[in-house]
Amino acid sequence: MLRIRRVPAMLAALLALVATAPLAALPPDPVDVSAVDRPGDGGAAVFVRWRVPAPDETARAIVERSRTVAEATREGAAETPWILVAEVDPLLGQGDGYLVTGIPNSKGDRHASDEIVFRVAFIGTDGERTPAVEAAPVVARANAFLLDKIPLAIVCVVVSASVLAWILLSRAGWSVKIRRIAALEAIDEAVGRATEMGRSVLFVPGIQDMNDIQTVAGVTILGRVAKTAAEYDAKLEVPTARSIVMTAARETVQSAHFAAGRPETYDESSIRYITDEQFGYVAYVAGRMVREKPAACFYMGAFYAESLVLAENGNAIGAIQVAGTAEASQLPFFVAACDYTLIGEEFYAASAYLSGERDQLGSIKGQDLGKLFAAGAIIVGAILATLASLSPSGPMAGASTAFRAFFGG
Amino acid sequence: MTTKNTEQTPDGMRGFFVRLGRLDRRWIFLAMGLSIAVPILLKLRFPEVPGPMARATFDSIESLPDGSRVLLSFDFDPASKAELQPMANALVHHCASKGHKIVFMALWPLGKQMADQAIKEVLLEYHGDKYEYGTDYVQLGFKAGNEGVIKVLTTNVAEAYPTDASGAAASGLPLIADVRDLGSFDLVSTVSAGYPGAKEWVQYGRESMKPEARLTSGSTGVQASQLFPYYPAQLNGLLVAVKGAAEYETLVTEKYPVDRNSERLEQGRIRMGPQLVAHLLMIALIVLGNIAMIASRGTQGGAR
Amino acid sequence: MLRRTIPMLILASAGLLLIVAKFSPFTVSWQETVLGWFNILAAVAFVLGAGNLLAVNLEQISSRRPGWAYAAITLFAFAVTLVVGMFKVGAVPNGMHPDIHLAGAHDVPQAPFGWIYDYMLVPLTSTMFAMLAFYVASAAFRAFRAKNIEAILLLGTAFIILLSQTAAGMFLTGWIPEDSVFSFLRLDVMKRGITEHVQTAGMRAITIGIALGVAATSLRLIFGIDKSYLSKT
Repeated sequence: MLRIRRVPAMLAALLALVATAPLAALPPDPVDVSAVDRPGDGGAAVFVRWRVPAPDETARAIVERSRTVAEATREGAAETPWILVAEVDPLLGQGDGYLVTGIPNSKGDRHASDEIVFRVAFIGTDGERTPAVEAAPVVARANAFLLDKIPLAIVCVVVSASVLAWILLSRAGWSVKIRRIAALEAIDEAVGRATEMGRSVLFVPGIQDMNDIQTVAGVTILGRVAKTAAEYDAKLEVPTARSIVMTAARETVQSAHFAAGRPETYDESSIRYITDEQFGYVAYVAGRMVREKPAACFYMGAFYAESLVLAENGNAIGAIQVAGTAEASQLPFFVAACDYTLIGEEFYAASAYLSGERDQLGSIKGQDLGKLFAAGAIIVGAILATLASLSPSGPMAGASTAFRAFFGG
Repeated sequence: MTTKNTEQTPDGMRGFFVRLGRLDRRWIFLAMGLSIAVPILLKLRFPEVPGPMARATFDSIESLPDGSRVLLSFDFDPASKAELQPMANALVHHCASKGHKIVFMALWPLGKQMADQAIKEVLLEYHGDKYEYGTDYVQLGFKAGNEGVIKVLTTNVAEAYPTDASGAAASGLPLIADVRDLGSFDLVSTVSAGYPGAKEWVQYGRESMKPEARLTSGSTGVQASQLFPYYPAQLNGLLVAVKGAAEYETLVTEKYPVDRNSERLEQGRIRMGPQLVAHLLMIALIVLGNIAMIASRGTQGGAR
Repeated sequence: MLRRTIPMLILASAGLLLIVAKFSPFTVSWQETVLGWFNILAAVAFVLGAGNLLAVNLEQISSRRPGWAYAAITLFAFAVTLVVGMFKVGAVPNGMHPDIHLAGAHDVPQAPFGWIYDYMLVPLTSTMFAMLAFYVASAAFRAFRAKNIEAILLLGTAFIILLSQTAAGMFLTGWIPEDSVFSFLRLDVMKRGITEHVQTAGMRAITIGIALGVAATSLRLIFGIDKSYLSKT
């Protein structure tokens, strides 16, 4: 039986327990809350950091930020001075911190935000929220160099260095052997055939404008074809889908006629602008092919859906066809329907190959070194990924992740 | 219409196949024309079983909270309309059925007209009572610049589109008045026929979207091979050609059926009938061509 | 000398500058600016192209060369579309500015320009694109021959893809359970394997080669090693 003297003490203890129960469910406030501008970026991103004193009692972390000057003037802004950024796992604030992106730039400075204050509050396991703790104001600023582009910079330097190195080496007399590219060897044969048959040569430089490197490569090959046509006295037709390409093609063909010693045979009207509209252009070219029946057709440049229409029409009229494009999706059509096809990088190597100059051939060798580098990276990455999958928690997993992260994966 | 052949042609079945190898292409064109026309006229339909990519596209939109803000880019023209308009229509119907707020734009000059068609035939037809211009949907129209437009959108939508397609100030349209950049959208979907299109959206737009936002694409069969590497890491969903459109239509119309003009949301499935017959014809032609090649081995005039 | 030196200098400086500009947020937008300049140039050059179109077709009509009727149709279509579009003939008045004719909408079906688009451009371009189906069939008949091992593999792949893209794929192998040991024999599974692994690998390899080709070509042009684009006259 209870002694009467102990009842007040027990009552007091019970009261204390009841009074403190709600406070015991609330986790401790966030500690060491700070916000730092993310380094090496274009602005608009900040790392928010905090420590979690009692992880077992903390369910979520709420990250909020103050309004910018522009946001503060909006209707209703006064009632809600804080904008909810995210509700996240509380442990995300440790280490580097939680990355907040999309911070608006200041009106006066496109590369920096206003001063922003971030604050963090915790939600306990019972759903109760702690008071928010503010960090010192931070400005999300753009930095001079984008750190996430370092891998791209390294690859650029490696590829450029290998190309330039081989140019210098070939100038110094190193042997540069390039394998025979049948499509380019066939240019003379095709133009000669057209001359024998008394029919024209058709050259289609693609349907894109001069800002596309494929068109530049195509016009370069046009110069070679035009020179051969001038030497053989064959009629060359060049319908273009862009006005600037027409101008560039005219310059190129005229230069080719001069180089061949036949300036009087240059006919400006054989290089004409048709239309920008893709299928309007191919309708003209297809109709022209069926009526004029050129003996040789060259398709060199950027092509899309019209590639098969051109190639099949050329096949129907019995022309010898040489195609070259870097549009990977159109290559199968050209390969199926044309006599010779320059696939991807062969097309870009064409101008160097046709020139025969040591410098340019050296650049092709340098490009091959770049390919070796890519192949090596693929093999290393594949081995690391395979080893990582066999041992997900081993050191290879970390190496594989780091390797992928370096290349932007 | 077979070509005359002066070379020696064997007799019998072998000779038949050798002559078949020299078949005038016009017979092939006629066969292809019939294989497309007859199923259309007979209204041949086949059941579609949606594949994982169509499901992923469907889930990307379905899992968004109702009323999310989505950007639909119509990057194709009338030439690809037959292949892409069905999936575009299904996309619009799906987004509207979820009550998503839709911003239409185009990177191709004639893409705006494709979007107008989807708005007229699908959005206003089936959801006109719930969708009000400016608040629930906006047509921004075409903007020249190819991938440059996407790059501007990554930082400042108002700079790329100060007005909508009809010239109304963007700041006066509630749906986009507070849109800052691509990060303001919960979903970006492009229906693309080539350049500029899905690849450019992945290369230039993906990074600026919110990490939890979705990027999906519908593309022609020819272009799809360039997009497979991006699925599912950068592209959350990918619809490929008419097959993808038909699969996606199946998913959308099963969940959100319509009670009138249902053929507007069945165009992909309608096209699967001729696709089946045409593909079978192609297989038959390939087999016949190879038999002709084997049959003509050893004769002077080989099959072409 | 100026005709060759100045273009080379412009190309070299612009090329190097834009490469370096890619790596800093302060200059990363320069590429769009330059692209904008190019678009302006291309728009101005369009006038040049239109002038050339007129000149060539008029000459063909006046000399009555074979096919001159096509030239006449071309010029007629060009003139009508230009006038109807530029002056917004028959445009639907703008609700906000009904008195200003040029504020009207001319690209709607009710306006002549929209009519030209809906009933001429759309059917014509769709027709040209649809012709691909016929050409694919004739190309397949002519070119897909099993002459060697690679061609046989190609044909087998083609058959799998052609069948799996249609209901025939489900009809032929859809009965094989997806979770069975033999699920790899399903045509849709084979198609996925081919497109996601084999095709993707090949496409990536070609793309890497193309990217390196672009890099090498650009470096040749930037450093003036390839001068074939310059006039030699």
